[in-house]
Amino acid sequence: MNSTVPAIRISGLTKSYGETEVLHGIDLEFASGEVTCLIGPSGSGKSTLLRCIAFLEEATNGLISIEGEALGFAMGPGGNRIRLPQAEVRAVRSRIGMVFQQFNLWPHMTALGNVAEALVTVRGMSRSDAEARATRELERVGLGHRAGHYPAQLSGGQQQRVAIARALALDPRIMLFDEPTSSLDPELTGEVLNVMRQLADDGMTMLVVSHEIGFAASVGSKIVFLDQGKVLLEGSPTEVFGKPRHPRIDQFLDTYLDRGAATLI
Amino acid sequence: MSFDLSIIWQNLPDILAGFWTTCWLWAVSTAGGIVLGFLVAVARRYGGRLIASVLGVYVAIMRGTPFLVQIFLLYYGGPFIGISLTETPTGLIGLVIYGAAYFSEVFRAGFEAVPVGHIEAAECVGLTRWQTVRRILLPEMALLVLPPSVNIAVILIKETAVLSTITVPELTMVTSVIGSQYYAFVEALTLLALFYWFLVEVTGRAGRWAEAKLSRYRFAN
Repeated sequence: MNSTVPAIRISGLTKSYGETEVLHGIDLEFASGEVTCLIGPSGSGKSTLLRCIAFLEEATNGLISIEGEALGFAMGPGGNRIRLPQAEVRAVRSRIGMVFQQFNLWPHMTALGNVAEALVTVRGMSRSDAEARATRELERVGLGHRAGHYPAQLSGGQQQRVAIARALALDPRIMLFDEPTSSLDPELTGEVLNVMRQLADDGMTMLVVSHEIGFAASVGSKIVFLDQGKVLLEGSPTEVFGKPRHPRIDQFLDTYLDRGAATLI
Repeated sequence: MSFDLSIIWQNLPDILAGFWTTCWLWAVSTAGGIVLGFLVAVARRYGGRLIASVLGVYVAIMRGTPFLVQIFLLYYGGPFIGISLTETPTGLIGLVIYGAAYFSEVFRAGFEAVPVGHIEAAECVGLTRWQTVRRILLPEMALLVLPPSVNIAVILIKETAVLSTITVPELTMVTSVIGSQYYAFVEALTLLALFYWFLVEVTGRAGRWAEAKLSRYRFAN
C-alpha cells in the first residue's frame, strides 16, 4: 500500500437525522499505523462519525475513502454523489474491524463460535481451519482458556476482548472502537485497554471513540476533539492537552478528572 | 338412552381414518404455515414499503375474520375467480394461509427482539442479509418464538375441525356422521374431544421439551 494514501480520508461529511444535522462538514485524514482518539462531550457526534466510517450510518453528504477506495459513495461524472453497489461496499468495508460499546457478541455461540463465524460464512474457510485461527485470536487477547464459554458466562471485559478477537480474525487494516470501555467497571476497563495498547504497539491503524482521556493521551498518536458536530481541534496529545490549552479543552477536562485526566491538569 | 361404546368399536376403522386425516392436515399445515409465515415476516422486514403494506393487509384480514368464513369463501368463492379445488386441498391451503398470518406475527416480534447491535456486528464482519437471518436472527429468536408457535400449532389442531363444514373427511366430519347415523352424539363428541385433547397434550409436551433443549444457551446477559 502506497504510504502517501491515508488509511481513512473524510471530506465534507455531514449527517442529518430528519431536520437535525449532527455532523456539520467533517474533513479529516488518518494515516496508516496512526492511533487516533476521538474525544468530545456527549452529543458532539463522535460516535456518529465512527458509525459513518463503519458504514453503519450513511452520511447525508460528503465522501469517505478507505486506503484510497471509496466507501459507499463516490463522486459521479456530473459532480453528484452516487451510491455504490452493495458488493463494493462489502469489499471496502472488509478492511475495517469494528468494536462496539455493548460488545454485541452473539449469545447463542461460544467465544470460539463468535470469532470463527465470519471465517466460515464469509471467508469460506473450513470449520476446523476457522476454529484454529479463532483459537489463535482468542489467545492473542488472553482468552484461549475461555473458548468454549458462552458470552453470558464471561465478564464484560472478557466479552469485549472476544469482540476484539472477532474483528481481528478477519485481518482488518483499520480497527474502529466505539466507546469500548464505557459499559465496563474500572477493574475490567484495564484489561481491554491493555489489549488495545498491544494492538497499537503492533502498528494497527486505530480510531477510538473514548472517554478514557488517560489512554488517549498515552496511546494516541493523534487526538481529534469534536464539539457540536465539528472538529474543534486536532493534533498530537501534546498539542491538544499541553499548555496553553484551548479553553474548551480545559472545561472538558475538568469533567473528566476521574478518567485519567487528572494527570494532565 | 345410555352411553353406548359399541357404536365406537363398530366404527373404529372410519374414526381412525378420520383421525389420521386430521393429523396429517394439521402437521402439513403447521409446517407450511411456519415456512410461509417466516417468509412473510422476512418480506415485511426487508421487502420495502409496498410489499410490507400489502402483507400487512393480508395479516390483518386473516386475523380479523373467522376461519369458517375464510374457508367458505375459498371453497365456494374460489370458482368465481377460477380456483376450483376439491375439499381436502382447499382445506389444506386455507389452513396454511390462515396459520401463516399468525406465525408471521410471531416471527416479526422475534426479529424485533434481537438487539440491533447483534445485527450490526454481523454486518460489520461481512455477513450478507440472508446469512444474518440464518446464522444470527433465527437461532437467537428460536427460544423466544417457540412458546407462541406451539400455541398457534395448538389452535390450528382445533381449526382443522372447521374443515368438516366443507366435507373434508377429517375427524369431526367422520364422527358427526356416525353420531347422526346412530343418534349417538354424546358418544361421538366425547370421543372427538378426547382425540383433540390428546393431540394438544402431545404438542404441548413436545414444545416444552424443545424449550428445555434450547435454553441451554443462556440468553440473559
